[in-house]
Amino acid sequence: MNLVSVGFFLAIVSLTLVVTFIAAKRTSSAADFYTAGGGLKGWQNGFAIAGDYLSAAAFLGVSGAIALTGFDGFFFSVGYVVANLVLLYIIAEPMRNLGRYTLADMLTSRFNEKRIRGVAATGTIIIVILYMIAQLVGAGALIKLLFGIEYWIAVLIVGVMMTTYVLFGGMTATSWVQIIKASLLLFGTGLLATLVLIKFDFSLMKMFDTIAVDHGEKFLVPGMKYTSTIDSVSMMMALVLGTSGLPHILMRFFTVKDAKTARSSISWTTWITAIFFSLTIFLGFGALNFVGIDKILAESKAGNTAAPLLANFLGGDVLMAFIGAVAFATILAVVSGLVLTGASAISHDIYGEIIKGGKLTEKQQVVAARTGSISIAIVSIILALFAQNLNVSFLVSFAFCIGASANLPVILYTIYWKKFNSTGAIAAMVTGLVSCLVLGAMGPNVWSPVEGAAIFVGNPIVPLAVPAVITIPLGFIAGYLGSVLSSSKVPQEEADRIYKEIRVKANTGVSVSDVSH
Amino acid sequence: MANISGDKNIESVDYNAIEAMESFNKFVKKKNTFLFSITAAFLLLYILLPILAFQPVLQQKVFGNITGVWVYSAGLFIMTIVLCTVYVKKAASFDKAAAAVLAEYHAKGGK
Repeated sequence: MNLVSVGFFLAIVSLTLVVTFIAAKRTSSAADFYTAGGGLKGWQNGFAIAGDYLSAAAFLGVSGAIALTGFDGFFFSVGYVVANLVLLYIIAEPMRNLGRYTLADMLTSRFNEKRIRGVAATGTIIIVILYMIAQLVGAGALIKLLFGIEYWIAVLIVGVMMTTYVLFGGMTATSWVQIIKASLLLFGTGLLATLVLIKFDFSLMKMFDTIAVDHGEKFLVPGMKYTSTIDSVSMMMALVLGTSGLPHILMRFFTVKDAKTARSSISWTTWITAIFFSLTIFLGFGALNFVGIDKILAESKAGNTAAPLLANFLGGDVLMAFIGAVAFATILAVVSGLVLTGASAISHDIYGEIIKGGKLTEKQQVVAARTGSISIAIVSIILALFAQNLNVSFLVSFAFCIGASANLPVILYTIYWKKFNSTGAIAAMVTGLVSCLVLGAMGPNVWSPVEGAAIFVGNPIVPLAVPAVITIPLGFIAGYLGSVLSSSKVPQEEADRIYKEIRVKANTGVSVSDVSH
Repeated sequence: MANISGDKNIESVDYNAIEAMESFNKFVKKKNTFLFSITAAFLLLYILLPILAFQPVLQQKVFGNITGVWVYSAGLFIMTIVLCTVYVKKAASFDKAAAAVLAEYHAKGGK
């Protein structure tokens, strides 16, 4: 443990805590807690969404994957960037026009049924927990590398901090922590990429030549990780469509006042992520060339410490300490957003709306929100303590898979399909969720003939690491069949009336703009 | 600060009437055609990457040692920025169309 690391670490922690205590003064209602009162500006929310995208998996994971597997790692970068367009073109604006705090709110604007809310909230909680365990395990490993403290202490530190941000500052604090972290991360990666480029005389050609000659041409084409087309297609589908179904991303559209601001948020996010993920090439190839594969593998088999090691080569302890602190801020910000999203599903959807029938006073809602935050944090911390040796990147890809297969079909049908009904919604969500979990449990991340490579020894029944190519169509088909087969049971006149209302609201934003003054 | 939870204030909007307006349906149709055709196009170009990436066409070197997959990926990054800009421009015109529909509705005496 060195003093520079501790210094950067404390600076970032104090900065975010100050923000939290300023935000705490403004957090008095449930709307403040969950959605910062809907008062974020486009650029602020854009940075915050970018913050959600640029999780530890994106920063540490992608640069490590490029260093170890060349182009195969860059597939992720392409997926994260193009995913912005799906959000921008078909999700962001109708989502803002129809929703209040959660995904379930948006769905129940069309089907006011407790079972819809229950299933949607369950899906949200599962995605949040999978995502959160991955982040917490990553945080534990990173802090251990930087400070040499025990894994369980590291997880507890992160756990306590994220709960503090959420508990006191709610969505306002969480958003500002994301904005600070996204800015630091852009600066840090920009700096590393520039230093790498200087080493190659600012020549992209020279960098690729060096990689080809010194490390082999296999780094320049896919095939080191993904050996089949279908495997990579499946992964890519999960990335581009899953982003639009991730509850913590969707929740961010409720933090702005109207559809126009939601659109401007995503426009900001698109630029930030496009710049950031372009730079991952330099981080990955820089680490491969200057740190070397053996040294990267020695620190972490998944390559998760490639970026901090590159920083160490380029700028010594000081730069490594800075990048490490930025990575720590990244994890803290992402887990805070996840805690808030999980809490919204537990406290608002399950407790407030389903159990109490929406009859909570403002004060009770805020108490419920804080209680929900503490419970989701405790559950995740306990699970993360047991998950230390789990391969975490597959947890994240599962979360994307569920988002794409269970949430996206329902969202699209709710906004755009007249004949969609509540049976179809339940069918789509349950089918998407269950098929991801079942096919995933039969896949190569759980079963491997090589001992120690997965949880169980044996041949995987499903050869796909991410089963999205099967589960996404299943989710859409289930939603379609469920609606068509049950159409006779639905009172058609009432259903038509509600769909017309949804159609007008989604396309004109009439309800949102009318109540804002 | 915007009060986004006060849906009850606007119960008076007659959604049925707006939905029945010809101008509204024309606008929604135009908008959806634009949104879905562009979405289909970029998803197709996107999913061609992992398919073509394993074919000789994208494995060839294009500039020095930079192979086709990197060039195609760079193209997808540029496509994203371009389509983002296109959307923002186009959405401004949709906003005007939506405002015109609402103005027409109010002019007819709707609240």
